Amino acid sequence: MAFTRIILTSAVIAATAGLAFAGGHGGNPAVKARQSHMQLYAHNLGILGAMAKGEAEYNADAATAAANNLVAMTELNQMSYWPQGTSTAELGEETRALPAIWEEGGFAKAMEIGGALNQAAIELAAVAGDGQEAIGPALGAVGKQCGACHEAFQQPRN
Amino acid sequence: MTRPDRIDPARFAGVGGDPTRGETVYWASGCASCHAAEGDETRTVLAGGYRLATEFGTFVSPNISPDPVHGIGDWTLPQFADAMLNGTAPEGAHYYPAFPYGSYARMTDQDVADLWAFMGTLPASDVPSQPHDLTFPFNVRVAVGGWKLLNLDDDWVGPAGTEELERGRYLVEALGHCAECHTPRDATGGLERDRWMAGAPNPSGKGNIPGLTPAQLKWSAEDIAYYLETGFTPDFDSAGGSMASVVANLAKLPAEDRSAIAAYIKALPEAK
Repeated sequence: MAFTRIILTSAVIAATAGLAFAGGHGGNPAVKARQSHMQLYAHNLGILGAMAKGEAEYNADAATAAANNLVAMTELNQMSYWPQGTSTAELGEETRALPAIWEEGGFAKAMEIGGALNQAAIELAAVAGDGQEAIGPALGAVGKQCGACHEAFQQPRN
Repeated sequence: MTRPDRIDPARFAGVGGDPTRGETVYWASGCASCHAAEGDETRTVLAGGYRLATEFGTFVSPNISPDPVHGIGDWTLPQFADAMLNGTAPEGAHYYPAFPYGSYARMTDQDVADLWAFMGTLPASDVPSQPHDLTFPFNVRVAVGGWKLLNLDDDWVGPAGTEELERGRYLVEALGHCAECHTPRDATGGLERDRWMAGAPNPSGKGNIPGLTPAQLKWSAEDIAYYLETGFTPDFDSAGGSMASVVANLAKLPAEDRSAIAAYIKALPEAK
């Protein structure tokens, strides 16, 4: 038992060290956390999107798993991702998160969009196993919420 | 460039508008992006109030809902056509080209009439239009006449060798007015036609609007059409900024129209 714990602990330390190393120049941990969260969205969306576009063969289990991951991700508490002082105004190129997030009403609006995203993801997960043609519209509804948040709060890529 | 400021009303005498077709024109033309009320999820309450901050000052989009007092409900179809095709207001003043009539000038009369018919079915809003907040000399409206003389040109730019390309060109160059942001401008504020859709500084913020010429955009036609439907890039980032609003409009078009836009983009000439 103790041995297992030591191995696990070592594995955690190694993984953490790896993360710190991957971070390279330090960087703001909250920024890295939220960018990683977005990256995981993209990964799971990509699995579903490839099927919706017909680029990948439809697989009900893989589609459902990816959609369930999205649901789970929309339900994570993101409080620690968005501390004051981590917008483009303070961090420049390191982030694309606009100061509007921290301005009056910003969080409330983001939370509202987050709630709608959660709903859209739940609806996507409910139909993801129903066949290739069911994914497209449900995925589009998810994308609509991605866009709503990015439109209000994300500086476009140059 | 001898286009008259005013359309002969007789030109529209026999043009009946169809609101169902007009709805497609409405979404393709992106009216809602600037004129829909903030927070209006239907994107059909055209109360205006959108603030477009530019180097010339801040333009505030007017109420163009069917309200006869605060909107444009008391206009005639030829007056609407004058606005869309000539940038001329009913009382004869020039509109600032923040309203993209330089692109809409390429619209067919039928589409103008259909759009007018559709807009007449939308909810009226009694929110008063706000004045623009522009700096001198850009607050001198009559100077826009000079801009028009230099830059109002409704010739087509891109190729249209097939029916799909022709539809795509119409959607991009006329209704979608994509070039207004994606094409760089010369010193007089006119679009640089030999660098068509080659990207430009963001007119209303930091950064750049990306170029879409073949050397600049490697996405497949399917990727482009899918992006215009869902906002998802090929690596499943999601459109932000003004483009998120464009996607919200284009998602309402028939799939063939998004494919036509994608085909046109893939056929763009390289910038010179």
